[in-house]
Amino acid sequence: MTTLPLAVRDSNTMLRRNLLRMRRYPSLTFMVIGMPVIFLLLFVYVFGGTLGNGLGGASGGRAAYANYVVPGILLMAIAGTAQGTAITVAMDMTEGIIARFRTMAIFRPSVLTGHVVGAVIQTMLGLAVVVGIALLVGFRPNANLVEWVAAAGVLAMTALALTSLSVALGLVAKTVESASNLPMPLVLLPFLGSGFVPTDSMPTAVRWFAEYQPFTPIMETLRGLLLGTGIGANAIGAAAWCAAITVLSFWWAKSRYNRNTAR
Amino acid sequence: MTAITLTGLRKSYGDKVVLDGIDLRIAEGTIFALLGPNGAGKTTTVQILSTLINADGGDAAILGHDVTREPDAVRDLIGVTGQFSAVDNLLTGQENLNLMADLHHLDKAARRRRTAELLQHFDLTQEAGKPVSTYSGGMRRRLDLAMTLVGRPRVIFLDEPTTGLDPRSRRGMWDVIRDLAADGVTIFLTTQYLEEADQLADHVAVLDHGRLVAQGTPDELKRLVPGGHVRLQFADPDEFQFASQVLDAPVRDGEALTIQLPNDGSVRSLRALLDQLDHASVDAVSLSMHLPDLDDVFLALTGHPNRERTTTP
Repeated sequence: MTTLPLAVRDSNTMLRRNLLRMRRYPSLTFMVIGMPVIFLLLFVYVFGGTLGNGLGGASGGRAAYANYVVPGILLMAIAGTAQGTAITVAMDMTEGIIARFRTMAIFRPSVLTGHVVGAVIQTMLGLAVVVGIALLVGFRPNANLVEWVAAAGVLAMTALALTSLSVALGLVAKTVESASNLPMPLVLLPFLGSGFVPTDSMPTAVRWFAEYQPFTPIMETLRGLLLGTGIGANAIGAAAWCAAITVLSFWWAKSRYNRNTAR
Repeated sequence: MTAITLTGLRKSYGDKVVLDGIDLRIAEGTIFALLGPNGAGKTTTVQILSTLINADGGDAAILGHDVTREPDAVRDLIGVTGQFSAVDNLLTGQENLNLMADLHHLDKAARRRRTAELLQHFDLTQEAGKPVSTYSGGMRRRLDLAMTLVGRPRVIFLDEPTTGLDPRSRRGMWDVIRDLAADGVTIFLTTQYLEEADQLADHVAVLDHGRLVAQGTPDELKRLVPGGHVRLQFADPDEFQFASQVLDAPVRDGEALTIQLPNDGSVRSLRALLDQLDHASVDAVSLSMHLPDLDDVFLALTGHPNRERTTTP
């Protein structure tokens, strides 16, 4: 029963179930896209003029800041969707149908892969909307096609990592409320990194954290791909962080799912 | 052949012993009812047999496959309809059935045939395109069972299949269960209602605090239970005293001023009782009938009343 074709087939069935559920219940999707858009508008139009002057570039001001802030906003959007995924998973686990799946001879992790892949698709669609709005408010990337594709790859990789983590958090959470709180730090991480201001403007302890936390290399890689700043070792750091988070989270989620049987 | 075998099955949660050594053998193609109050361990038994949780001790096997060592072989043979509806509320009835068909790896044509057949059989064709969240309790239960049947299981577990249903939906569910058994499917159902076990089951076992206190056919079980009774209420102590003596009542309550007389509840025996009251000029304020129910079974079998029971059929 664990042969590859069956695993793919069952995972695919579960993915279709989740996409169907997202379409039936779109408010959560809108909610998670809405928040980064509001932050984008806030940071570009309210704080953007002042913060842009502090970037130390040649042009400065609102236009420069719009370019600077977009990678941070994109990560915030991914983190926001991950929060939504944790809620969805926690809600799903309270439904009787999960118990039914457990009593069926299906590829067991397919319930989880369905959630993960479904949420990655949801995230990528959300990111497309956020990028579109960013372009409208003054985001001016200079990326070529290859760089765009690479940036999309980095975003997908990040979405996969954070979604896997949030699926695990959704399984760990005892209530739907705690499932919505557990991934909260993820939404704040772009602030404690190079998302909104460069890390060298921060006090030592905060700067140390900001430079070594996973979101910073990811945001720097995105910035490099979209705006042509230096990438350096950040790409490797980003890939390593994402791979590690994905693998550990999925393993965690899987063992939780197999253990928590009588819930 | 034996469809379900339980040997010394034990399960505890912390200090609380939920199942304290259960032994059962259920023949293939029969309907078996596990009767007991809330908290007796019925759901836990179903969860162990349907591979949802592991027992702490003892063995359980479905058609010769051990539930712990060969869970996937067991899952291939069984269908489970739990106490809480196992349907996807955001999907339509048709989509729920499609989901099951896909998970059983039916091809497109087989999927269309099987789902149409089940919708028809469970009288859900009209509502197939509506989201399950708009369904009534009875429809939801029917869809739930239809989903269980997509894969043509040979053993079906029904955990309190009619709890919360109105009498008409309950009868409908009973018919469905009888049809399944007629097709050779083995049915393991749990219930709080003696009447349900009586109506459906070939064999019944009574579970109380994790132990089987009796098992046999419904008729054997009912013979263990004292019959029904009539309770007479009196207005004053003199009348109560007089009636107790004249009627030779076996059960008397001097404080409530009531007496109980054995009575099977038939019109004939009631008329005889009323004639007797008339004849002796006994003046009772009121009369109430009590048929043997699960409470009587419990009292008879365990010596303690079934206090945990909160709902009535």
